[in-house]
Amino acid sequence: MIWLVLSLLLPFITAVACLRKERCGPWVPRLSLIGAVLQLGSAGMLMNHALEHEYVIIHVGAWAAPFGITLVADLFSAMMVLITAVIAVAVALYSMGDIDQRHTQKHYYSLIHLLLMGVNGSFLTGDLFNLYVWFEVMLLSSFVLITLSGTKDQLEGGVKYLLINILSSILFLCGVGLLYGKLGTLNMADVANMLSNHDDALLVNSSAMLLLVAFGIKSALFPFFFWLPASYHTPRVSISAIFAGLLTKVGVYALIRSYTLLFHSQFDVVQDVLLFLAGMTMLTGVFGAASHFDIKKILSFHIVSQIGYIAMGLAIGTPIAIAAAIFYTIHHILVKTNLFLIAGLIERRCGTTDLKKLGGLAKASPALALLFFIPAFSLGGIPPLSGFWAKFGVVKAGLDAQHYWLVGCALFVGVLTLYSMTKIWAEAFWKKAPAAGKEQKAASSDSLPKVMVIPCVGLALITVWLSLNPEPLLELSTKASEQLGNPQGYIKEVLGK
Amino acid sequence: MSLLITIMAGILFAAGVYCLLRRNMTKLIIGIILLSQAANLLVFTMGGIRAHQPVFADSETGTVAAGHADPVPQALVLTAIVIGFGLMVFTITLLMRAHAVLKSDDVNEFNHTDALP
Repeated sequence: MIWLVLSLLLPFITAVACLRKERCGPWVPRLSLIGAVLQLGSAGMLMNHALEHEYVIIHVGAWAAPFGITLVADLFSAMMVLITAVIAVAVALYSMGDIDQRHTQKHYYSLIHLLLMGVNGSFLTGDLFNLYVWFEVMLLSSFVLITLSGTKDQLEGGVKYLLINILSSILFLCGVGLLYGKLGTLNMADVANMLSNHDDALLVNSSAMLLLVAFGIKSALFPFFFWLPASYHTPRVSISAIFAGLLTKVGVYALIRSYTLLFHSQFDVVQDVLLFLAGMTMLTGVFGAASHFDIKKILSFHIVSQIGYIAMGLAIGTPIAIAAAIFYTIHHILVKTNLFLIAGLIERRCGTTDLKKLGGLAKASPALALLFFIPAFSLGGIPPLSGFWAKFGVVKAGLDAQHYWLVGCALFVGVLTLYSMTKIWAEAFWKKAPAAGKEQKAASSDSLPKVMVIPCVGLALITVWLSLNPEPLLELSTKASEQLGNPQGYIKEVLGK
Repeated sequence: MSLLITIMAGILFAAGVYCLLRRNMTKLIIGIILLSQAANLLVFTMGGIRAHQPVFADSETGTVAAGHADPVPQALVLTAIVIGFGLMVFTITLLMRAHAVLKSDDVNEFNHTDALP
């Protein structure tokens, strides 16, 4: 119980502690790291409890559901909170090297922890309006973070990011409002319960579609993704990394939650739309990535195409497909954050992430090359790396459910993903260093700060461990998916009937 | 009253979308403001608007009279207004900064971060 509350309180306390920067200036990064580590501990305990009791539930203020706000951690939520904490520790450590005094003065550390609070809140809430509020907590801190340096690119990307996300919040609010008007409740379990007793499509379609668009924008699904590649490559790399790892996944989480719980009885209404969106998301994302020549931009577009895979798992909707989607989400968060962090290392070393100006890194720093190799080719889905298991799961689920064109799409996109990863590999690591690159390299110091390398190595090791030993995570995902596939259990636990 | 507010919300949505589709930055802000107000009105009307029927329980029986006004949408709308207000302030500040740095109020000129090599 206490761990559920701590998952929200710890980031908040850390954020407040980091605000006192005048009195404990040099301590702020350490405070943030300590906060992140504590958060990891509490998330681990939460996971433990969720495994033991299936559902960890708190009715805030002891107002019984459906009247009060309920916080619920089932296995899926607990997994997401745990992986969030892992990313938090990695980024907090990395920030100690990446974030300079100027950004610390601008409350970088507080904002990061407020963002984490918003993310955790979104994963844990069992109330639709509360989800909206957590989204706003997360978005407001992300707005400030994405424009923190105030450069031209950041302001420009920030404007797009801000406007499209406000629009998505407005649509979300409308969807929530309409749902309340029709059902008179916003507790997710209660909504699901009421809808499973109605088969009136008119009752839910408007809200289901509004929420689909709202969450689609947040998770960067096909027609709504343009804000992501326009803005994600502009901020400091620690900020990009945490955004890339977590923010779109909150949208994906909300989608999965909506269509396995809220609208589970009307899933067939949205299934065709979701299948189409998933396919198009994969394709457009990977085409965008193939056409770019900057590491960070390529990686940004890859977020979009990978979201397509996760959405594909959700759209197929069989238990094995949902399990594959969950596995994919965890794998993707680890790998994508790591790739951004490593892109930051490359930038630190060579002064740029533009592939045309990079080169010869495999010779100049073989360790960095190995470090990049693991997550990059895991993303590409080379066996036996974790991406292979993730893709294999999604594709197998697609074949079982006989969605052949979607599977074809996924395999084709896999090849193109590999192509653009190979492009980075060939251009940045194998190609001979261009003349200009040498000067830049001489300008920057050769050794990278340890605090920046350790998180990358740590995340890479987790990826390797998942690759060689995918069984525990697969089992956990399957369990979580079984739980999601049985919304009656959730409803019963929350409403206490 | 409900009908009037519903129509008003509809008009606000239409005006907001129209403003958003302009290229001018000021109209962008106005569009966002109008849209968020429209959403607030929508949530507000969702509980049904009833006058003279507050949600106070009768002190003797402990029950609420039938057909009372629903307080939840009002609570929701208050929250949404406060959040929307904060968002608006940040939007305006950001757009002012962007205008100062990019020296343009035409949204079509905001295309450097998308450019292909």
